[in-house]
Amino acid sequence: MQHSTNLPHPFEPTQDELPPKPGHHFELDRRKFFKLFGGGLAVAFVLHDLFSFAGETLPPEPSSIPTSQVGAWIHIGEDGTVSVYTGKVEVGQNIRTSLSQIVSEELKVPISSIKMIMGDTHLVPYDAGTFGSRSTPQMGTQLRKAAATAREALVQMAAKNWNTAAKTLQAEKGTVIDPANNKKIGYGELTKGHQLLLPISDQASMTAAADWKVAGKSVRKINGRSFITGKHEYVSDMKLPGMLHGKVLRQPSYEAKLLEVDVSKAKAIPGVIVVHDGDFIGVAAPDVRTAGKALQAIKAKWDESTQHPSTANIFEYLVKNATAAASGRNAGNTKGSVQQGLTIADFTHAKTYNINYIAHVPLEPRAALAQWKDGKLTVWTGTQRPFGVQQDLAEVFKLPKEKVRVIMPDTGSGYGGKHSGEAAVEAARLAQEAKKPVKMVWTREEEFTWAYFRPGGVIEVNSGVTNDGTITAWKFTNYNSGSAGLNTQYKITHQQIAHLPSDSPLKQGSYRGLASTANVFARECHITDLARLIKMDQLHFRLKNSNDERLTAVLETAAKAFGWNSSAKSAGHGFGIAGGFEKGGYVATCAEVIVNSDKEVKVVRVTQAFECGAIVNPLHLENQVMGSIVQGLGGALFEAIDFADGKIRNSGLSAYRVPRFSDIPKIEIVTIDRKDLPSAGAGEAAIIGIAPAIRNAILDATGIALTTLPLLPNGVLG
Amino acid sequence: MVLDVNGVKHEVTVDPDVELLSVLRNELDLTGSKYGCGEGACGACTVLINGSPSRSCITPVTSVAGKEIITVEGLEKNGKLHAVQEAFLTTDPFQCSYCASGMIMSAVALLKNNPAPTEDAIIKALNGNICRCGTYPNIVKAIQLASKP
Ligand code: FES
Ligand code: FES
Repeated sequence: MQHSTNLPHPFEPTQDELPPKPGHHFELDRRKFFKLFGGGLAVAFVLHDLFSFAGETLPPEPSSIPTSQVGAWIHIGEDGTVSVYTGKVEVGQNIRTSLSQIVSEELKVPISSIKMIMGDTHLVPYDAGTFGSRSTPQMGTQLRKAAATAREALVQMAAKNWNTAAKTLQAEKGTVIDPANNKKIGYGELTKGHQLLLPISDQASMTAAADWKVAGKSVRKINGRSFITGKHEYVSDMKLPGMLHGKVLRQPSYEAKLLEVDVSKAKAIPGVIVVHDGDFIGVAAPDVRTAGKALQAIKAKWDESTQHPSTANIFEYLVKNATAAASGRNAGNTKGSVQQGLTIADFTHAKTYNINYIAHVPLEPRAALAQWKDGKLTVWTGTQRPFGVQQDLAEVFKLPKEKVRVIMPDTGSGYGGKHSGEAAVEAARLAQEAKKPVKMVWTREEEFTWAYFRPGGVIEVNSGVTNDGTITAWKFTNYNSGSAGLNTQYKITHQQIAHLPSDSPLKQGSYRGLASTANVFARECHITDLARLIKMDQLHFRLKNSNDERLTAVLETAAKAFGWNSSAKSAGHGFGIAGGFEKGGYVATCAEVIVNSDKEVKVVRVTQAFECGAIVNPLHLENQVMGSIVQGLGGALFEAIDFADGKIRNSGLSAYRVPRFSDIPKIEIVTIDRKDLPSAGAGEAAIIGIAPAIRNAILDATGIALTTLPLLPNGVLG
Repeated sequence: MVLDVNGVKHEVTVDPDVELLSVLRNELDLTGSKYGCGEGACGACTVLINGSPSRSCITPVTSVAGKEIITVEGLEKNGKLHAVQEAFLTTDPFQCSYCASGMIMSAVALLKNNPAPTEDAIIKALNGNICRCGTYPNIVKAIQLASKP
């Protein structure tokens, strides 16, 4: 059986965002399910049997129910408590809140009665991971349908109980009401806490966004109080009785080979456990300091003779080591003849854009707490892919997956940087040896060195334009930056677009908006250059060539709010604009910069229009968009990983600069609420406009066309 | 040695050069103060020492003997939140909230000395606190809400 829940939608993740091996555990579910219900799926759903009684003696374990059934996603307790099960995880995007709103809206229950169970592989249906802005469109839709199906069934049950017609009844605040006689029955009384074994129906009627009462509102963060009182337990805060603290011996540089090691002094420290297994050397001790001392007591000799490229030659290196163009979903468009397009152009323009590696810097570094009990492994860890980490652990420890449980408490952010489970594997290995729970919390330096980066890359663009503003040719070659946002959103007859993977010397992976931060930068810089060549306003040029009405709408909205045509520009000031779309989110960003006589650049203000369908939570959307602009500002202006000799040279927050309060320009955000369109995610697209908008504003102010990200590592031009 | 944390005296036996953050989190189970960098660069570990905001990750525990230490856990009094916490709850600026305790402690210290700070004064006082989720403008709004008009 297929995952009936993986709804097709138009913005599937790109290859780079996908977990290496998508796991499946549906076979197991089916087996458990058949065992539970003997007769298999052919349960007759007459109304009274709507809810199974088979689960009565067992604790509710919704992950044993096929995902086609409501019960896999929603459980209503006898007391009316609604448990919602999802493999999506909370890393700050506030989906705990927005998904609660969606369920509250469709099921017609107070939001306070909802408990979201997220990212626990033992309890929730399989989920590939929280990335690619899929939580809202995919999970939101799934839960809406499940909730609507449940609500309709509850109304039918009440109708049957009261011997009346379902359509005369109403669902409200967790009860079914008969308006004719004011009779009322609570959902919990109807379900008696049984599992909801009924197939999720595509026909269940869902509330239109225009009629939303809970969704669409700025509901405050669920559990907000526990965060501002310091009570919420992040993984790094967790503690189990007898728990040890783990540390791992890291190589002094990438690909350094261990020649010899002496762990005897570490082993001699009371309470210390040392694990030396292959190239893994780790220690665990009752407190962090002793673990640190034990690590220092290990004497290791390394062979560091491997040659590495460095920041100084990385761009040449990536071009030189490129492989064949990516194919399939990651292939770029090719149509017409670029050569012909260049021939008919009034102007041609060729530029190369360089993109540095940058780090996610989640404020909570990777952390994991592992515990073995009766041959079963439980790991609490901050990951965007709990099921992926479960799979990794099962492989490493040669366990069947059902013996591995991964739980993800709400975590100190990820931004696409926590798809992996390194700390989980390390903690589990140490705990296995210690026969006690072990917690691993990475240091900031480890996070900077041993996690992964947003890829660096080189993008070559060769294009042609005619005086009337027609783009006649577009050759776009991306080395190593990745394929998200590769294709152009403009009308161009002759185009040849390709992504060429390369041999990255640094570990690289997903990021907010992934490759589109690089691709949109190159594209939108280049578009403004073309507009200047033919002396056309850069906004007007975009509108003229836009191939997408939603893009046109955000461009016009941002320009209007910014005062693109109406505000006067004083000396030294420049305006820039950029736009694009990614994962169902549409963005346009206007920036104003001022460049003084010392060539210092200051971003004065940013206006961003954003549209991602029907808005589920306006305040949290604003926070997401604002956060994207600010994170994007860091990558635009000064963030860059500095590396040489297989080492990261700025592996601390004093050396790697991230945006602070004083870096923030005046930010105006205009969101467009398209109630007629399905809600899409907001965590990614909002980041892509800021860098090219600033670059284009600097060009407007000075005539200097920058081509490298970050634009101003030292704050000054040139 | 004896540590005075949130009005409670704790007897602790620790290495003299251990940092306060580690003692708070690992010995006293006060995990509201967070580790973000360990080098005084992010503010996630901010606590009040005799009223002034301090980075507990670079504060040797011996240097705070006999001083009054307040952590985020010490703000709530008899189930009533501190005005700054209330303002953050209302404004709801955080995403992952990992920076929240440090932000709140820095804001509490600022408002104690300057009950009606200008926006510039807020930015200056909070500039050592990183919010990687980046909702700085809304964090400023929360502090303004907690300010005396
Ligand atoms: S952890 Fe202390 S300032 Fe970052
Ligand atoms: S809310 Fe995530 S770091 Fe501030």
